This record gives sequence, structure tokens and C-alpha cells, in this order.
Amino acid sequence: MTSPERAERPAVWAEPIAPVRFVLDAWTIAEGELRKLRHDPTELLTRAVQPLLWLLVFGQVMAKTRAISTGSLGYEDFLAPGILAQSALFSAIFFGIAVIWERDLGVLHKYLVSPAARSSLVTGKALAGGLRALVQGTMVYAIALVIGVHLRLDPLSIVGAALVVVIGSAAFATFSLVIACLVRTRERFMGIGQVLTMPLFFASSAIYPISIMPDWLKVIAQVNPLTYQVDALRGLMIQGATESFPLWLDFAVLIGSTIVLIVIAARLYPRLAQ
Amino acid sequence: MPPAIETHELTRRFDALTAVDSLNLDIQGGEVFGLLGPNGAGKTTTIKMLITLLPPTSGSASVAGHDIRRDPRLVRRAIGYVPQLLSSDGALTARENLMTSARLYHLPSAERKPRIEEALEFMALENAADRMVRTFSGGMIRRLEIAQAMLHRPEVLFLDEPTVGLDPTARKAVWGHIRQLREAAGTTILLTTHYMDEAAELCGRVGFMHLGKLVAIGTPEELSAQAGKGKSLDDAFTHFTGSELSEAGEQGGQYRDVARTRRTARRLG
Repeated sequence: MTSPERAERPAVWAEPIAPVRFVLDAWTIAEGELRKLRHDPTELLTRAVQPLLWLLVFGQVMAKTRAISTGSLGYEDFLAPGILAQSALFSAIFFGIAVIWERDLGVLHKYLVSPAARSSLVTGKALAGGLRALVQGTMVYAIALVIGVHLRLDPLSIVGAALVVVIGSAAFATFSLVIACLVRTRERFMGIGQVLTMPLFFASSAIYPISIMPDWLKVIAQVNPLTYQVDALRGLMIQGATESFPLWLDFAVLIGSTIVLIVIAARLYPRLAQ
Repeated sequence: MPPAIETHELTRRFDALTAVDSLNLDIQGGEVFGLLGPNGAGKTTTIKMLITLLPPTSGSASVAGHDIRRDPRLVRRAIGYVPQLLSSDGALTARENLMTSARLYHLPSAERKPRIEEALEFMALENAADRMVRTFSGGMIRRLEIAQAMLHRPEVLFLDEPTVGLDPTARKAVWGHIRQLREAAGTTILLTTHYMDEAAELCGRVGFMHLGKLVAIGTPEELSAQAGKGKSLDDAFTHFTGSELSEAGEQGGQYRDVARTRRTARRLG
């Protein structure tokens, strides 16, 4: 039974051109990640608890104190987009741990010896991280509706907000991937993940407006992509909200940071397997 | 026809440590070649360089006729790799794992399903195809991994410790599949192992590595004979690497590696 099968094996088979391969490979990776979520959605459900607490407990208490001046907007209206961004950030920032886990198991090596470009593998991961956040988005919208936040519910605004959630989470998931490639162990990653999320969160306009921040914090907030994500979400989610930056700038910052982070991650990713 | 694997003075240093030291290898198409040595001898580092996961410090190598530095993508297209650790995704089913590979290698869409069915059948996994891989036994996972690595019919297959952590029955089954693969597809196989019986059983030729250097190369019979009359491959190993097998197992690897292997073995078991 030696020769016939051997002759059958094609030395080279046809492949699509590189840009098409890039898109297909990224989608293959992203789809695999989403399948895993479908097999076991418990993680997503537990992630919904946090925004629920923030909106119901923190939001309602702070709204009563009127301690934070949010202009003409009610505090809960102001807070809802911030909490959406925050819960997406908190789940995206730990995305890297899964990658370290994959390295420890050996699954990572399998992907890295496939002919897929490193950048397409990383883009697929980023996309998966982004799409996951849509579940949290839906949760926050549902909670917000129940507590009477003045949401914009026209299809265009909702699609816009969904896009912002996906791109923002893709950026932070990739950021997490970069950190994972640098620290390389789960223990160190857990520590760093905690250290990074809080500054990103507090130095943004998620729970208070930039205008009431001290000057040094304003500077940090203005280079923090989360600020732009929150800003875009506020404009797209809430009736009568005013944005601090034009919407195109919010998108430009989010897309720009995602691309830069993907380029960095694609360089670092293979080193995880060395 | 160029050799399936060819290395020339292939070297890899990690800081002060030379993990692989001026390795020269020539492996012909269709050979099953075993790389043997105690832990830390440089076997895995050698494989990692050949499969383009780790750039060499100096020297050169080609796999399936492609230079590992100049054309890493062409090398990756022509090889299959089963790592020492787990490589199938436990959170996906066997079929989903195979489909992911079929897509990443851009196999023609019409061929994907038939090839996956064929691979499942060949590895005797048809009945488990839609089960999550994390419910598989160690032997089943190994068979799936080999099926996954073979799906695009690579010219060269790399197996890093293919039977570590498996019970004797599962080991024998994996051996049988490796032999069948070679006979059916004529695949060149490079495997590492520290089981001498495995090497004697499967490999046409073996090379002993010690401290990053290739210290002996030949058929198992030749090497046994060189160690002395009536000697086994075990004796030859001790003769050439100067280390007792049991001792080598004890000294080898760092804590992290040991922890990893144990964890993998537990998951596989």
C-alpha cells in the first residue's frame, strides 16, 4: 500500500492570495474562540454581574447624592455608557491569560507552526475579544432599560455603539495579549492585570466627567483610549448627551490603537513559544 | 531530490548556555529518524528551530527543501508538528479541531470534509468526533493530534515525545499509527523520545544528543554494536552520552518543565 497514496499527495495545493488568507485565517481563529464560548457560556454570564452591581448600587446611590456634576444629564444616564466600557475593559484585559494558558498547554505552538501569518492569528484573537463584549453590551442595555436610563434606541445608534464596543474591546484584548507576551506567566499576569485596570478606569470619563478632574489626571485621561470609547458610547447611547470629542476622533483613536497594538502583538506573539 | 531535513552547523545559544551546538544532520525522504538524549540535551530546541518557532543563533537548515530562515512559511506549509504538550483544543470537539486545521492550511473546501472523515477513521476516532476533546483519554488526544498534524499531508512530521504520559496500551496504539502513516503516506518522521524501546521499535536511524551535540548516529543495531558485543540500545545510550538513564531523568529539566510535564501527563491520563 506504499506507492499509490504517496503519489496522490499534492506537493503544493492552490492557496488564496495573502490578503484573502489574512482575513480567512483571522476569522478561523475568531470563530474558534466564539465556538468555545457557545460550548461553555458560564464565563459570559458571570461577567454580567459586575455591571449589574455598578448600575444598580453605585449608580443609584451616587445619583441621590448629586455629588458628581454631569450637566443636564442625570447621573445614571451619564454612568451607563461608562459601565458598559468598564465591564468590557475588565473582561478584555484578562484575555491574555487565556493565551498564556494556551502556551502552557501547547495549543499555541500548533497555531504558530501553521502557515497562517502571525498578524492574522493576533487579529483573530482581537476580533474574538471584541465580539465577546457584545454580550456585555446587551446586558448593560437591558439593565439600563429596566432602571429607566434614557437610551437612544434607533438602529443606527445601536449599531454604532456595538461597533465602538467591538473595536474598543479588541484594542484592550490586544493590549492584554501584548502584556501576556511580555510577562509570560499567569501569576505575574494576574498581578499586572489588576494594576493596569484601575488606572485605565479611573483616568477616564467612565464614572465622572473629565472637566472635574485635576489637571494632571486630565492629561492622562486624554491619552487613554478608554476615554474615547466612553465618549463615543455616551453620544451613541444616551439621549441628549454631549460628547467631549467629535465622533470621528473617537473612532480614529480606537481603530488607530487597535492597529498599533496588533502590530506590536504580532511581533511579540511568536516569542511566547520560544 | 533534496534531503527531507538538512542542517549545517545549526546552533542555538540561550545566554551562556549552548542548547544546540553545531548540529549537522541529513535525513532522507521517508526515513523515521529518532533524536535521543537526556532532558536538556537539545532535542526540543532542535525541533523548535526546524519548525520555525525559534530562530537559530547561527548555522542553517532546510526542511522539505525550504530554508527555515528565508522561507519559514513554506516550511510551515510542508510540515506537521505534534508538540510534547497538548496541541488540540480541549474546549472544542475533535471535528472542530480538525476543521480549524483544514481552514488554516487552506485545504480546498471540497476536500475538507472527506479528509476529516478519513483522518477520524484512520485514527479510530469516528465515534468520538463530536465530543469535547477535554473528555478524551490521553491516547485519544494523541491520536487526534497526529490526525490534525497529518491533515494537510505534510512531507515531514515532527513528533516531540509522542508517547510521554501514555499507558503501555495507548503507547502501542500510537506506535502502530505512526508506522501505518509512514507506510501509507511515505511521510518523513523526526521524533524525539527518551524511551529506548520506542526508538528501537520505530526508527530506521537514531541520533544521540548530549549537551547540545550529536554524539552518535546510526541504525539502532549499529549503535548497539558499537557499544559492545551483545549490548542493547540502552547500553549504547549510556556509552555515548555517559549518563545513566534513570539519573538523566532525575536531573533533567527545570522545575517549570517538570511541573508542566506532570500537569500534561495528568490531563492526558
